Amino acid sequence: MQSPNIWQRSETGGRKMNKFAGYALCVLALGGMLGCDKQPPPPVPADVAPAAPPPVAAPAAAAPTRFTPPAESEIPQNEYGEMVLLGKNIFVNTQQHAKAYVGNGMNCANCHLDNGRKADSAPLWAAYVLYPAYRQKTRQVDTIQSRIQGCFLYSMNGKAPALDSKEMTALVTYHYWLAKGAPTGVKLPGQGYLKVAKPALTPDMARGRGVYENNCAICHGANGEGIKARDEYAFPPLWGKDSFNWGAGMHRVDTAAGFIQANMPYGLGGTLSDQEAWDVALFMNSHERPQDPRFKASVAQTRDTHHDENCLYGRTPEALAASIERTAEAADKAAAKPATEQVEGYSPALSH
Amino acid sequence: MRSFVSHTFTAVVVMAASSAAAAPPSIITQGNGAALACASCHGVDGAGNAPSGFPALAQLPPAYFAKQIADFKAGTRTHPVMTPIAQAMSVEDAESSARHYASQPHPKAGASTADPAVIARGRNLAINGAWGRQVPPCFKCHAADGLGVAPAFPPIAGQHATYTVSQLQAWKTGARTNDPQTLMKVVAENLSEEDIHAVAEYLATLGNRGKENE
Repeated sequence: MQSPNIWQRSETGGRKMNKFAGYALCVLALGGMLGCDKQPPPPVPADVAPAAPPPVAAPAAAAPTRFTPPAESEIPQNEYGEMVLLGKNIFVNTQQHAKAYVGNGMNCANCHLDNGRKADSAPLWAAYVLYPAYRQKTRQVDTIQSRIQGCFLYSMNGKAPALDSKEMTALVTYHYWLAKGAPTGVKLPGQGYLKVAKPALTPDMARGRGVYENNCAICHGANGEGIKARDEYAFPPLWGKDSFNWGAGMHRVDTAAGFIQANMPYGLGGTLSDQEAWDVALFMNSHERPQDPRFKASVAQTRDTHHDENCLYGRTPEALAASIERTAEAADKAAAKPATEQVEGYSPALSH
Repeated sequence: MRSFVSHTFTAVVVMAASSAAAAPPSIITQGNGAALACASCHGVDGAGNAPSGFPALAQLPPAYFAKQIADFKAGTRTHPVMTPIAQAMSVEDAESSARHYASQPHPKAGASTADPAVIARGRNLAINGAWGRQVPPCFKCHAADGLGVAPAFPPIAGQHATYTVSQLQAWKTGARTNDPQTLMKVVAENLSEEDIHAVAEYLATLGNRGKENE
């Protein structure tokens, strides 16, 4: 059961290298992508003044200003607004509105909560203003479009919509509209997923299973299979054939821990401890899921080319837990040095 | 397709109900001597009664239904009328009434007299929630059509507003505590009285309607 490294469905494992694989990656991982190193999200620099007036909805005062995307009621009643709305509908019900590009039971909004608005849930308004950017995962400068293509390839375990497809236009338009008034090239507070500190104890499968049974199974099923109502997934599958694949950002234990700690269960975000979040993320991502579309030659080679110490691809949970421990210790030693700031147009992530 | 299936299903149920074979169990129509007949408050069809605040029971997942009866018996859910009735119900009574109501068609929505602005506010909460104050949309857990996700999440679309209000208030005040993992408590605590009334009025308008979450 715990053998994620050997499960290769023929239809995915045998898939030819998709032409988009080179520069695709999943939006799920956006948080992890910019946060693989453990530096805290830098505040919006005071000297980076947006060219446009600040967003109308932004709260007036105090501390690090949270960007607030426009309200849904502000979608214009014109052709542009119709495209925004189509993008939103694709985002919320990807199963229905972008069916041709989806290969599993997921919807974009499963991981980007509040229809892509929620801070610490990889909000679209924060992602939009960070592209184009160079990414280690793809080893090239990605645009927001190629980034979205990655979401479909990995998180949706499907195929990438063409750059000039209606679906792509609608999704980009929805991103753009949500980011109205946000400064370009600035990492906004709430971007990506929460970075959860290294837990006191090495992440543990048995504890993770306990956390899962007590907090997650009611919605995601005893075996992570999700729950359907009237033939559609009401709660998404967390592993197995209808879940995200091994290239998706959410398969990273650090990214999943951040998402879970900030957002799960619904209404109870922030109630799991950091330890519980890491434990349950390890448990969730120790299971089988569809093959990494970048698979080539062997699991070991694919792992070494595309996966790092936060990935259970081709690693046992025990090996991963130990490597997290070593990495965290190294990071603690290095913590004396000041963290390097995000360089414009550069994302430090290794693989996601 | 779905509505066709639903209509076909309804027709089958109506046909079946008209034959003696599908007569409702006696606990529904007559009670058991100690427990009042379910139908006296909830109707044979499980439509409930809006003015009195008796909930609609049609389409409740049997496991959810059985849990509520068990909780009334155990005292982990209380109600001045329902508690003694549940205590007088046998296990067989609970099972047969659960099966019966699960098989009844979803209630039709009555015409709402609520202010359209109130309905709109409720609709927004049900579909979009208010994540900024930790209120997920109702439909995130009760399904995009509000018809529930068996076994743990009951249908809420088409429920009488009076009943929905009373339950949200009960979770908010701590009078009702039998929700799994405090999932309803934490939501209700973050709802204002206005929110509660708005969302209840909106849900009451839904009846048989289809998916709204788009």
